[in-house]
Order: sequence, then structure tokens, then C-alpha cells
Amino acid sequence: MANRNKSEDSMLRKTFEHEIQQLKDDVLVLGSMVEQAILNSVEALKKRDIKASQKIFDGDKEINKKRFDIENQLMILIATQQPMAHDLRLLASCMEIISELERMGDYAKGIANINIRMGDAPLLKPLIDVPRMAQIGADMLHQALTAFVNEDVEAANSIPVQDDEVDALYNQVYRELMTYVIQDPKTIERANWLLWVAHNLERVADRVTNICERTIFIATGEMTEIKSTDDEFWEQQKQK
Amino acid sequence: MIETQNSKYVLETKDLGIYYGDFRAVTGVNIPIKRHMITAIIGPSGCGKSTLLRAFNRMNELFTGTSIEGEVLFEGENLYDPSVDPVEVRYRIGMVFQKPNPFPKSIYENIAWGARIHGFKGKMDELVESCLRQSALWEEVKDKLKQSGLALSGGQQQRLCIARALAVQPEVILMDEPASALDPIATLKIEELMQELKKNYTIVIVTHNMQQAARVSDYTAMMMLTNRETHTGTVIEFDDTKKIFTNPKDKRTEDYVTGRFG
Repeated sequence: MANRNKSEDSMLRKTFEHEIQQLKDDVLVLGSMVEQAILNSVEALKKRDIKASQKIFDGDKEINKKRFDIENQLMILIATQQPMAHDLRLLASCMEIISELERMGDYAKGIANINIRMGDAPLLKPLIDVPRMAQIGADMLHQALTAFVNEDVEAANSIPVQDDEVDALYNQVYRELMTYVIQDPKTIERANWLLWVAHNLERVADRVTNICERTIFIATGEMTEIKSTDDEFWEQQKQK
Repeated sequence: MIETQNSKYVLETKDLGIYYGDFRAVTGVNIPIKRHMITAIIGPSGCGKSTLLRAFNRMNELFTGTSIEGEVLFEGENLYDPSVDPVEVRYRIGMVFQKPNPFPKSIYENIAWGARIHGFKGKMDELVESCLRQSALWEEVKDKLKQSGLALSGGQQQRLCIARALAVQPEVILMDEPASALDPIATLKIEELMQELKKNYTIVIVTHNMQQAARVSDYTAMMMLTNRETHTGTVIEFDDTKKIFTNPKDKRTEDYVTGRFG
């Protein structure tokens, strides 16, 4: 039951339809705040711009506030409109999606925090794969939110594949950093900082997958788990 | 007389159609009513919900010119078989109506009367207390059993009517909008009571209040007019209540439960 707004019978709940549209718009606003925070946090780290990182760190409060505003809006809608069926799935899923977004915001804040804590210490290596991870993660997030707004099941199913690319980059960063550590154990702390940054970005892509799963649930009522290469790896391990 | 024999379903309709004279009000209904479960019948006004409910205890026959096609099975046997006594049916399958309608008699007599006519030979005081306890009314009325049933509040009167239905030890209780004339607190009391009653009885409820159907029932039958010209209604979807209100299969059910079609 794709785009409900085109339903001929929607006249009966004009106000509710309007509020649902408003809600979706607000989720998009929160999403773009998070997307920007992720890209900016890596850009600031790359340039070792501590001032910019401080701004991102403080900006997380805005993301949290927006999330609570939407949550409040959702609770009012649930209490006053008593949603059923598709509406119920949409509102319940929005509650989940905004929480995923807020956590992604925390990853950006975490990356900003690392840059601040690094102080004067130079980067262990120039950042190349890490910004690529951030870009792919942000793109995935953007696509996932578009799929959410359009309730596009096909897109929601295909976006998570890109997570494999992010995972591959993460493994590459990990191996590279380990070679630095093996050569010179004094680099442990600086390597660890960058590893945390990469780990945060890897988690962003995982959470995008969760948003895609919710989108499929809103549209179809089916709660599916989209498989990632991580899952396949662990299944192979179990079989060994 | 139809024996209680633990058939798969207490009641079951087979291609049931109901006519008022030439007018076909309901057509093609095939639904099971499961034992110790609450089944809700929902749908827009005039789609035949109450008509279907009344077919379950042959109440439609009280209006002249009504007839049915297909079958209603009660404990696996045809409820409309010529050998079945409709009065007997109405004892076994009791009914509670939209507006509380106690007899203009004492609270005690409201319960005792039907039982006495039905040939109850046991201890009447015990039966009255048991029925009032089962309908969650005992504590409120135990000191005024001689008072008129009409002196009670609306919610209490409705519970008295439920107690009265229980007095003849039915297997099924049909409820036609039992809470629509009650305030929210009295409504919740009836709903709580239904959860207690389903341990011993099977309940079928017609309700306009979708939240109520979602709260109280285990199964839901969604009715709708199949033909706007002829005003004939049918069950378009029957499923687990959870399914109907979270992910219905039929687009018309979706539109109705989300309030986009009425």
C-alpha cells in the first residue's frame, strides 16, 4: 500500500495526513543534520580543525533536541489519533528511526571528540579511506531517508549492500593501522584514535541498514532482517 | 436438542445469507466462532453487523419475513434445522443489547426470573450471587437486591443484563454494542468483565468502536457493503485481531481501520 496520500478516501483524515507529512519532513530535517555532522566531523579531523570539531561536539545537543521534539510529536499523534495498520506501523517505526539517527549523531560527536582530544599530536597518517567511509555512509543515509519518505521497498532492500564496501574499507584501515603499531608501538594511542573513528563510521552504515528494515516494515508489515557480510562471516565461523 | 460436543468451532457460518423479505441484507458469510474467544464484528453503519449477530441465535426470526440461506452450525449442527427449538437456542446463546434493558423488577428477580422459567431447581440465592459475581456487580448491589434494577446506573444496568444472560447458563454471549450507551469508566468495566467471562463463555461482539474491538477481541470480522446499489453486506476479511489492526490484507479494511473510509 504505497503512497497513502494519493488515496481517494484520504479526505476523511486530512488533518492527520497533514501531520504525518509534517512528521516525515521533520525526520528528514533530523536526518540531514546527522548527515552533515558525520561529513563535517571527518572533514574537521582531516584538517585537524579543533574549532570546527568543537562546533560539531556542541551541535549534537541540537540533534538530541530535534529527536526529542519529534518523539513528543509522535506521542501526541499516537495519543490523539489512535493510529492503526499502516499509520501505526509508520509512527512506531519513526520512533525507531529517530533513535537510530540520534545514535548516528553520537558517532559524529565521538569523532569530533577524538579530534579535540588529539590536541597537538599529528595524524598518524593522511586520511584517505576514512573520508571515503564517511562519504559512503552519508550517501547511504541520504538514500535510506529518501526510500523511507517514498516507502520504496526496492530501494530499501538494495541500499544495505553498500555496507559491504564500508566494511571492506574498515578492514583496510584496521590492517594499515596495525602495521604502524607493529613497526612502532609508541603509535598505539594515535592508531587507536583513528581506529575508533573508522569504527564509528562502520557503525553508521549498520544503522542505515536498520532504517531500511523499518521502511520495508512500514510498507509491507513484514519485519525482515537484511543480511550483511558480517552475518555471513559469523555463520561461516559457526559452521567451521 | 443440540449437544455440546466440543466440535472445532462453537459456531460456524457456511455461505450464510440473510434476507428481510426480498431484500438480501447479508450474503456469503463464512466465519468460525472459536471457543472461549472473543470475536468482534466491525464495519461501517448499515453493513449488516447486527443482522449477522442476530442470526447466531435466531433472533432475526422475531421480525416477520426474515429468512436465511446457507447454514449456521452450532456445535457442528444446523441451528436452523426444523427440529431445533429457537427458544432453546436463545437460552444457550444469550444476548446483551446496546441499551441496558433490565426488567422493571428487583435486581434479584432480574436474574431469578429467567432461570425459574427455564426450570432451574437449585438454590436460587446461590445462583443470583454467582451470576452477580461473574458480572462484577455483586459488591455493588449485595445489600440492595430487593431494589429495582432500573434504579441502578447505566453501567450497572448493563452488567445486570449480562448477569441475567448468565442465569440460564448459556455457552455463547452475543453483545450488540454493549458499551455504546455507557461512559468511559463503565465501558472499561464491561471490557474487563468480558476478559473474565471468556474463560467460561464464548463471546461475539458488534462494535462501532474500533479501539474497543482492538482492545477486547481475539478475532475480528470486517464487514462492508459489497454492493452499494443493493445494500448487501458481507465479511470481507476475517483474521486475528492483531493482524487486522496492524497489517490487514484487504485495502478496504486498511482504509476503514485507519479512518479513511466510513
